[in-house]
Amino acid sequence: MTEQPSGDALIREQIGKLPVPQFSETAWTAPPPLSEARVAVVTSAALYPRDGEPFTVTDTSYRALDHDQRQLVMGHWSPNFDRSAFGIDYNVVYPLARLDELAEQGAIGSVASKHYAFAGNQPDDVATIRHDSGPACAAALKADGVDVVFLTPV
Amino acid sequence: MCTLAHVFEAAGLSTVTITSIRSVGERMRPPRVLHCEFPLGRPLGKTNDPDFQHDVLRRAFSLLERESGPVLEDHPEEVAGNEEPLSCTVPPRFDPDLAPAVDEARGLRKAYDRALSRRGVSEVGNAVDADGVPDALDVLQNIVDGTPWKEAGIPGGHTTALANDIRAYYEEAALELTDAPNSGGHQSEAWFFERTEAGKLILAVRKALAAQGAPQPVWFYMAPMYRS
Repeated sequence: MTEQPSGDALIREQIGKLPVPQFSETAWTAPPPLSEARVAVVTSAALYPRDGEPFTVTDTSYRALDHDQRQLVMGHWSPNFDRSAFGIDYNVVYPLARLDELAEQGAIGSVASKHYAFAGNQPDDVATIRHDSGPACAAALKADGVDVVFLTPV
Repeated sequence: MCTLAHVFEAAGLSTVTITSIRSVGERMRPPRVLHCEFPLGRPLGKTNDPDFQHDVLRRAFSLLERESGPVLEDHPEEVAGNEEPLSCTVPPRFDPDLAPAVDEARGLRKAYDRALSRRGVSEVGNAVDADGVPDALDVLQNIVDGTPWKEAGIPGGHTTALANDIRAYYEEAALELTDAPNSGGHQSEAWFFERTEAGKLILAVRKALAAQGAPQPVWFYMAPMYRS
């Protein structure tokens, strides 16, 4: 192993120092029993369908991903993290095969018909996703009957 | 992710968030967070390991049973990434009349095509497609050799997008050229920037752009922050 601090350690240290958005309180929504819950994935991996619209460098919008669409591009612009894992096994970022298995086992009620991706590299104030694209995505999730959202970063 | 958790929960959805950086979860206090000390880019921890991925999901979903929050728990297993370069050979020199990186990129094309055929999708394509990668490397070599960056004809006109495309072309090809395990961390990145001519060229062109007075955003994001 290298004697230098690892790339991940350096990135964790740098990101850990950055200012974060402040929320005066933590909202709380009680879920239904997991065995009855409809579950969706929302990721900040900037995923988009092969023929879909790529993320721009300062993109604050989101992409809807059909449940059965698994040929996805990771459109994150940061050079700082490992992208290879997603190419090896998308479930390590976007675990739809695992959720399908949980639904088949009855551990969760169902898997949503659409899932969503944002770009992780947002402006520092995250104003748009806080007040515009985030609430719009929440409305779309609720329209699909989603109860529980599983959020994954990269 | 933590911002979206707050927004979604306020809208009436229940959320569980994976965080790779504990201090972010501590400071942002979203409703339910599972901190996972896994290699960045692998929030479910291990590729092609359904049992481990299910364990992460089970621990995350167990937070939904809590009656109040915010809740922040740690996954008990730390997964350490390997920072050593991926064990992957690069093509031997074929055409000595070409710049080394251009020759190398041409040599990787079949592996890239196999990767594309396997996945059906590629992350190459923001500034150039696969056909354009060798010519793009030639342009970057010209900048290193002294061509003013504004006159070089940078494909796509965006250095970050171009560097991402070149690196993706290489990293996708590399997955077809090695059976060695890729355990995360920065193995693919280390292989690209330390073992390939293209990676070394991108680091060199970053220095050349800075020396030519190009604005920092033009060159800084062509490679990870800690590579020079």
